[in-house]
Amino acid sequence: MQLQDTPEDIAFRAEVREFVIANLPTDIRDRVLGFQRVEREDYVRWQKILHKRGWGAPGWPKEFGGTGWNARQRTIFEEECFTNGAPRQMPFGLSMVGPVIIAFGSPEQQRRHLPRIVSMDDWWCQGYSEPGSGSDLASLSTRAERRGDRYIVNGQKTWTSFAHWANWFFCLVRTSTQGKPQQGISFLLIDMATPGLKVKPIRTLDQGHDVNEVFLDNVEVPVENLVGQENQGWTIAKYLLGHERANIAGIGMCKRLLRRLKEYARTETKRGRPLIEDPRFRDRVARMEIDVLSHEWSLMRMISLQQAGQKVDVEASILKIRGSEIQQELGELLMECAGPYALPYLPQALELGYTGPTAGGAHLNGLAAQYFDLRKVSIYGGTNEVQKNIISKSVLGL
Amino acid sequence: MDFTYTEEQQMLADTVGRFVADAYTLEARRALVTSKLGFSQEYWQQFAEMGLLGLAVPEEHGGLNATPAEIFIVMHAFGRGLVLEPYLSTAIVGAQLLAQAGTEAQKSAWLPAIVEGSKRVALATFEPSARFDLVQIDTRAEKTGAGYVLNGRKAVVLHGDSADGLIVSARTSGSSREPQGVSLFLIDARAAGVEVQGFPNIDGQRSAEVTLKNVQVGTDALVGSIGAGFAPLEHALDFGLAALCAEAVGCMEQIIEMTAEYLRTRQQFGKPIGTFQALQHRVADMAIATEQARSAALLAASQSTNANAAERRRAISAAKAMIGRSGRLVGQCAIQLHGGMGMTDELSVGHYFKRLTCIDMTWGNVEHHTEAFGEFL
Repeated sequence: MQLQDTPEDIAFRAEVREFVIANLPTDIRDRVLGFQRVEREDYVRWQKILHKRGWGAPGWPKEFGGTGWNARQRTIFEEECFTNGAPRQMPFGLSMVGPVIIAFGSPEQQRRHLPRIVSMDDWWCQGYSEPGSGSDLASLSTRAERRGDRYIVNGQKTWTSFAHWANWFFCLVRTSTQGKPQQGISFLLIDMATPGLKVKPIRTLDQGHDVNEVFLDNVEVPVENLVGQENQGWTIAKYLLGHERANIAGIGMCKRLLRRLKEYARTETKRGRPLIEDPRFRDRVARMEIDVLSHEWSLMRMISLQQAGQKVDVEASILKIRGSEIQQELGELLMECAGPYALPYLPQALELGYTGPTAGGAHLNGLAAQYFDLRKVSIYGGTNEVQKNIISKSVLGL
Repeated sequence: MDFTYTEEQQMLADTVGRFVADAYTLEARRALVTSKLGFSQEYWQQFAEMGLLGLAVPEEHGGLNATPAEIFIVMHAFGRGLVLEPYLSTAIVGAQLLAQAGTEAQKSAWLPAIVEGSKRVALATFEPSARFDLVQIDTRAEKTGAGYVLNGRKAVVLHGDSADGLIVSARTSGSSREPQGVSLFLIDARAAGVEVQGFPNIDGQRSAEVTLKNVQVGTDALVGSIGAGFAPLEHALDFGLAALCAEAVGCMEQIIEMTAEYLRTRQQFGKPIGTFQALQHRVADMAIATEQARSAALLAASQSTNANAAERRRAISAAKAMIGRSGRLVGQCAIQLHGGMGMTDELSVGHYFKRLTCIDMTWGNVEHHTEAFGEFL
């Protein structure tokens, strides 16, 4: 056991921090740290800055334009980006379809798509869930019928994050109804500009618009956009879930929320004193920081196991559960920092360029909305209940 | 960071693990708990032969000068078997304190004896009305011509009734809650005026109430500098707290395995009760809590030798608070999942629950350490 970061890790952390502080545009940083809406263009601008530095794809092998970093370096990178106010790197290309194309894609698919993922000239979105297929994903019913050199796709996908910003869509479709439901699924890449594809926004509790419904009505997809073999889609989907397990912990977001919480607990007051000096509130903040510390060490332990070549299914599920619970509890405490000013909410005050008034100050305006929005993290990516099924099955050996 | 064991560490884990599994059957432990000593002198000698008593002792005094990783491994294995020997008091806290702050004469007289198993020490510092407040010390040491006279009372001195030497904190100046003016003395547990009244703890270990009435000691009993004992005292206790955290993780892992086994075999409604999702999710909660606890214990180990008191204290309090919370959840769930059988003295699960509870209530519970951590926000 080596329980301290190596000198190389410490130097790497300093290097990343310096780069982020020096190169992250301040307007983006202020929006991110002020919990305002981050625009499509902000994500792309930051990604292009990272790409220019050679850090566009932290998790990819060098031969495909990645950094070749080990897992510890990747978490250090993520932490430093997050705590210094960088927008997150969108996972749909870099952590989802990219690794799939690397592992299963044809050389032509790799040539065509991978460079544009790293440079973010393409924005990808994910077509997995359907109205009737949530936790039971394998029951999905969007059909793809082969006609000559194309598939004709019909059906509906839902919860598709940023479909309204995306120009490419990776999609699980049913190509067979023979055998078990898992055996008839295929993985398709679809150009969002194809006729018959329609995106409809879903408004969420914070009045925001991140997720969408995607309707597919006789959408024609060339067969060369099939990834891997026909009916191999479930294997690919499982590979995708198993990839980049370190992301699952959300450690960067946990740390950013914690830092903000400590900041607000010092600036907001109770009985004329900083809120942080109230023993009740202070204990709750202390408890959260202890949780984040332990969570961070759990992540490092999982990385160490991965580097030693061990399977980490249970560990990843535990990180998903703890990471989501911690984010939610931090969001709750942040809302409580606002006290009565948790009530007034102007969604438009989160938008770029808003200069009008807010009831309690711009920094308090979005805190309740964020609290509501964070309820999603224990639902997406496999609900926490599904994760508990995975954990208990492994512990019980049933 | 690397959390995998080296070959030597794996050997240590296997050796101690095997010893504990063989020596600490429930029946053997039950017999030891009710014996006069409360543990096994024979096992203690075997610890010495395995080199375990010298882990925290520098090489020049016959020890191994091991890293916190080795101490984690040993305490973790002890937790799995609910080991009763006063290892924490003598080989961890006592050895560390004497090695750090003791005079050359004290080190030569005590450390090799600790390593070979012929002497044991206990830390007598907390006082009856101080709860977990380490700095609230009212025991007095008055200077006399030849040395000092000690008067006061020390509460719940872990393993106090089997110790040959007591490391006593006493005030040589300053008032009750000041770190300045605390001095440490290594005294003979059988010296005139020392009254040691042993009690069994609810988890099977032992502690003592120690009363000091005009105990005369020479200046050679002083550990470290006069009035400057608080810093080494705090460090030794932190070192011990990290070890306690590792022990707790061993307890939790063992409880989960026992509970999983019970859920696989116990049948109700015609099938193993482990097939019911309500119970499965409790098991998942236990696994999650144990994972957090293990992370926290390793964090504590990594900081346990840090001379920067603020950094060390922050990590130790974080870990101890997390261990307390996790241990409570794991223990309570385990009893619930065992149903009525969990309430019986016959099954070992309840003994682990009791040990975890006592670990939380030793040297600062969740509330105490959460508050202490709050100082570093």
